[in-house]
Amino acid sequence: MHVLPYLVAAYVFLTGCYGLATSRNLIHTVGCLAVCQSSTYVLLLAVGYRDGATAPVFSDLAPGSRPVVDPIVQALTLTDIVVGATVTALLLALVLQIAKRHGTLDPDELRELRG
Amino acid sequence: MSQRLRLWLLAVGGAGVAALLVAACLDLPAFGGRRHPYGERAVAASLARHTANTIASLNFDQRAYDTLGEISILFAAVLGCLVLLREARDEHRAQPQPAEVALPVRRYALIALPVALLTGLYVIAHGQLSPGGGFQGGVVAATALHLLYLGADYRALERVRPLGVFDVCDALAVSAYAVLGLAGLLAGTAFLANTLLPYGTFNTLSSGGTVPLLNAAVGMEVASAVVLLLAGFLDQAVEIEEERGS
Amino acid sequence: MADAVIVVALLLVAASATAAVAQREPARQALVLSVLGVVLAVLFTVLQAPDVGLSQLAVGSALTPLLIMLSVRKVRRQARAKDRAR
Repeated sequence: MHVLPYLVAAYVFLTGCYGLATSRNLIHTVGCLAVCQSSTYVLLLAVGYRDGATAPVFSDLAPGSRPVVDPIVQALTLTDIVVGATVTALLLALVLQIAKRHGTLDPDELRELRG
Repeated sequence: MSQRLRLWLLAVGGAGVAALLVAACLDLPAFGGRRHPYGERAVAASLARHTANTIASLNFDQRAYDTLGEISILFAAVLGCLVLLREARDEHRAQPQPAEVALPVRRYALIALPVALLTGLYVIAHGQLSPGGGFQGGVVAATALHLLYLGADYRALERVRPLGVFDVCDALAVSAYAVLGLAGLLAGTAFLANTLLPYGTFNTLSSGGTVPLLNAAVGMEVASAVVLLLAGFLDQAVEIEEERGS
Repeated sequence: MADAVIVVALLLVAASATAAVAQREPARQALVLSVLGVVLAVLFTVLQAPDVGLSQLAVGSALTPLLIMLSVRKVRRQARAKDRAR
């Protein structure tokens, strides 16, 4: 239990990398990159977790009555998710341009086209 | 490089990275540990400024400068997408045919739309009190609008979504964030320092100084950015066609 | 109790990430990615991060799959137009 969340994050990252390297379709590649990104969320939140603690929101919680989990990594993850979504959108726009110019999305065929 | 050689290279590299990652995991502080010195200080700072949701306080007060960078990334990425997805010279717009929508889908989409839109706006407005805020609520509100595409058709969506207005809103929201930061400078403190407004009563909508204002600016930015982004992709998927024989 | 829920959520995340990579058809991958988004949102809620869970639910299970689906549709339409021109 002490390292399981970190190991899951590492596993998800490596799985995403495998997909990135073996992908035959650029849209699928972008999806694999999204999987890679999600591993960072798991890692960050795992670092900030605290046993028996609750969420750092004090609208229905008297300050100091219970321990709370680390809010800093949560703020970082929030940033991470939004930036990840914009990266996905930008890459998909580039993929559409490639499809338009070269008529294929297979990385191998694209390499041959370049000569 | 042959397919086989590439896979071998991947396997060797992957195994190396996996070994390093596992070694790093074993050295990390144990999951669920009690020592979070920075987290405790962040909570104390957030409570001192009467912000009930510590995450909102971190994003819009303690790390407000980072959030400025983040929304600039969002702004630049959306700009890049719109440039990449614009109608090129060898393309033209085909008017999409109105399609038949199954009645249950139409009914559900038209009932869910106002509920989802209101939820999004609620989440934005209560960002400094309860979980949520500009980022989450903005995405919810913007995607809710697209239920109209499911429930009716593309032309109905185009009618309720004047893109020029969203363009302006996007830019205005980013500048509003920067102007709020500059206001701190004019008041004699630092850029984006939360000393401009009174902190207000804890756990009310107007608490937290500039946090609700920055939160609202981000909500507006994210909502219009997502609408513009989806509009770019929808235009490509539904309307824009290449000229024949080009 | 909480520990058991966390372990289950973590294993679900690992399983759906594997499925998302293994599904080579982009349109189906978008669906699996949205399942991954929901499972991640559950995990974040269990890890006491409701803000992040909400964000992941909005972005990971709605926005990203939607963008992928729209891209797939554009590429397919292009291929169909090319076939017709031939």
